[in-house]
Amino acid sequence: MSSSPLPPPLQQQRHPGYEEERLRRVAEQLPCREVQAGMLLSLMGEPQQYSLPCIFIYGHRASGKSYVVNILLKELELPHATISCVECITAAQLFEQVLLALFGGDAAATLPRYPSLSDFVRIYRHHRSRASAEQTRYIVLEKAELLRDMDANLLSVLVRLQELVEDNLTVLLLSELVWDTFRPNTGCLEPLLLHFPDYTKAELHQILSRDRHPSYSADLYASYIHILLGIFYAVCRDLRELRHLAALNFTKFCEPVTEGKAKESDTHKLWRNIEPHLKKAMQTVYLREVSSLEWEKMQQVETETGPLRGLSAHTHVELPFYSKFLLIAAYLASYNPARTDKRFFVKHHGKIKKSKFLKKNEKTSNHLLGPKPFTLDRLLAIFYSVVDSRVAPTASIFSQISSLVTLQLLTQVSHADQLDAPKYKCAVSVDFICAVSRTVNFDIIKYLYDFL
Amino acid sequence: MIKRKAKGASKPIGECISQLQKCLRERLCHNRIPSRLEASEAQHKHLLGLLQRTANNGESNSVLIIGPRGSGKTALLKCVLRDLLQEKEVQKNLLQVHLNGLLQTDDRIALKEITRQLNLENVVGDKVFGSFAENLVFLLEALKKGDRSTTRPVLFVLDEFDLFAHHKNQTLLYNLLDVSQSAQAPVAVVGLTCRLDVLELLEKRVKSRFSHRQIHLLSSLTFAQYLERVASQLSLPDDFPDREFALDWNSSVRRFCEDKSVEGILQRHFNSSKDFRSLHMLLMLCLSRISTVNPTIKPADILEASRLCFSDAKSNMLHGLSILELCLVIAMKHLNDVYEGEPFNFQMVHNEFKKFLQRKSSSVYNFEQPVVMKAFEHLQQLELIRPVDGSSAKTQHEYQLMNLALDSSQIVEALHKYPQCPTDIKQWGMSAFG
Repeated sequence: MSSSPLPPPLQQQRHPGYEEERLRRVAEQLPCREVQAGMLLSLMGEPQQYSLPCIFIYGHRASGKSYVVNILLKELELPHATISCVECITAAQLFEQVLLALFGGDAAATLPRYPSLSDFVRIYRHHRSRASAEQTRYIVLEKAELLRDMDANLLSVLVRLQELVEDNLTVLLLSELVWDTFRPNTGCLEPLLLHFPDYTKAELHQILSRDRHPSYSADLYASYIHILLGIFYAVCRDLRELRHLAALNFTKFCEPVTEGKAKESDTHKLWRNIEPHLKKAMQTVYLREVSSLEWEKMQQVETETGPLRGLSAHTHVELPFYSKFLLIAAYLASYNPARTDKRFFVKHHGKIKKSKFLKKNEKTSNHLLGPKPFTLDRLLAIFYSVVDSRVAPTASIFSQISSLVTLQLLTQVSHADQLDAPKYKCAVSVDFICAVSRTVNFDIIKYLYDFL
Repeated sequence: MIKRKAKGASKPIGECISQLQKCLRERLCHNRIPSRLEASEAQHKHLLGLLQRTANNGESNSVLIIGPRGSGKTALLKCVLRDLLQEKEVQKNLLQVHLNGLLQTDDRIALKEITRQLNLENVVGDKVFGSFAENLVFLLEALKKGDRSTTRPVLFVLDEFDLFAHHKNQTLLYNLLDVSQSAQAPVAVVGLTCRLDVLELLEKRVKSRFSHRQIHLLSSLTFAQYLERVASQLSLPDDFPDREFALDWNSSVRRFCEDKSVEGILQRHFNSSKDFRSLHMLLMLCLSRISTVNPTIKPADILEASRLCFSDAKSNMLHGLSILELCLVIAMKHLNDVYEGEPFNFQMVHNEFKKFLQRKSSSVYNFEQPVVMKAFEHLQQLELIRPVDGSSAKTQHEYQLMNLALDSSQIVEALHKYPQCPTDIKQWGMSAFG
């Protein structure tokens, strides 16, 4: 990408104030992330020195943001509080965790029952003045994008916390999103933005090859990772996901070797064996159609992978007779323009060709644009014309409509308090409605405007 | 280039660097109060005079300091307070109350904070007793009882003043300004805000009690002054422990500032923003590259730092997308071009992608719909695409209307930078219409 000179790796860079031994240990644990770790360390400076009030670290998921930060803070034994914003539903929990980690249980206990930001800053200052910092304190907030939904001022306060509590403090915000989506309306103190780039293919290969199986050679595992990346890399660059897939499918890869059908050097044979298997894995395990446990079981009993139906195959829902027709009517009402109703459902409409209907904006298919809302009257009119027998509009018909809404097969578009002429949309797919209409011997394709 | 210190008097270079870092970091990160203010002498004089009259003569005042973020409002106030407190009399007399609109989010909390900071009788240790109404009555009583000759003057500093205007009925502002208007205890109310229209936020009764004295801190900085600031921020003070190192460093800073390429970079930063905070960020990035291996500041440092500052975050994120996600982004770009920014849903994007695949003979990217859907959802998680309306539960996922939060130039740039981008995809992305 850029031809700028990169800073030297962690060990060669001098980071005074930290022990050499520890730095070496950190470097060992951070493969392919020396540049970022070194950058972060030099920004943090020596433990006693002041650091930036806030550093915002962004990058794709599984690009080692929390890992690098946590390893650095832990191995170098710096005072820090690591908080995942997923766990903190309210700001109060966040305050408690920060105080607990930085000042111990006594400080956290002094928080009032419903602490405000003011309380938090006051208590922090109180404890800070008693135990003043010799080292920079760090507050690490993972998944910082969730801070936006908490208290309105929380983010603005955290960004300038150093100034507010007058302490040697740095707040590290980690997120997948870019800072532009965070900035409040009236602005706030701008943090330093630091980007963790994605791992390249070679780096992914290097990291994934590290956790090899002890009973096989390193070369075999490396070639396995190579094949795996060849198939999944175009779709997925998430290290965690890839590692999970690698662990799941390795036994299948080794099968020919253990059975004696192939040697470790027969890479082509092994590739031929594993490739269809991995392609199937992409449609099943990767999408969580089949759980990892089931996938492993399937490999053990050596059934042909795939006959087991995944989660999404269980779309068949048993419905009452009239509900089925109501749903079919709803589908027709959603995907056909109202002008064409006469042509489909009135007996002697005469011949009208589709081309005559076509308006300019209707050329794109409705199955591309999604369902349109329709009124209850139109639903019932279509319902009566598709059901052969005479049906009285009893309470049970109407209650079936509302139960279809609760099953989320229909959605009510108008407000729930609007009792006359409510509007609905149909929320099922083509495949689903085809299956339903087949059970009642109704050819729905004939009635759909798009498929004419 | 490294001058080895062989003399016994000077300290080893590691220690010097460490001292240098300590000194400069405190200056850049820790907003120390500057010894003198450049460019805002008049404002300083104005405010100082005003506060002196409150402190010495018992005159009640209210004033607003208005300026964009990072323009030195707090620095000005701190400077004035430091100068003010140099008088023994004032130091003994003046009470200070500091409130921040970010922290004191409603009047109740603000009132407790005031009582606490004034150390009134209903405060025991750190706790304040009484309800909101009691507190307010108590505080007003205390303020009303006083008169201009005998009571100690109180200085109220309201940081983020505009946020106080959002409180219910603006009770606190009303009461504070009311006290400052009537002949009660002498108070000075100083508001700091970055909103120029802050007076429009005030209620009529509050506005009429405000003295309409405003101090504007609008930067009238020239580039020469900006350069001077860079030099002054980077150079070491005279009381630096190692004289020789300090002299070396200062001369290297001077050389650094005279460099043409450095000037170009700084000009670029100056054009994008005049405030010193972003400058400090840049200098901090330079400073972090100073180590024993690289003990002098060089133009390469600022080049690298400015590259970090100016890199486009969204392009960075696009760089890490998988091929499939990139294909979807290109499809969205084409949809945007064709339908002139109309929102799209997943089906349209997938359709566009399938059209591209059909035109191509090979089927390398022929993924199943759920796999494509997963990629689409990932893009949504990254907020590169945003739903038009928030109601996600009501519509099916594949029919939810979305807007692309990217510019087409960003996409084109990302395509150029993308590592090992397949040629056909690149061509598809570059072509004017899908």
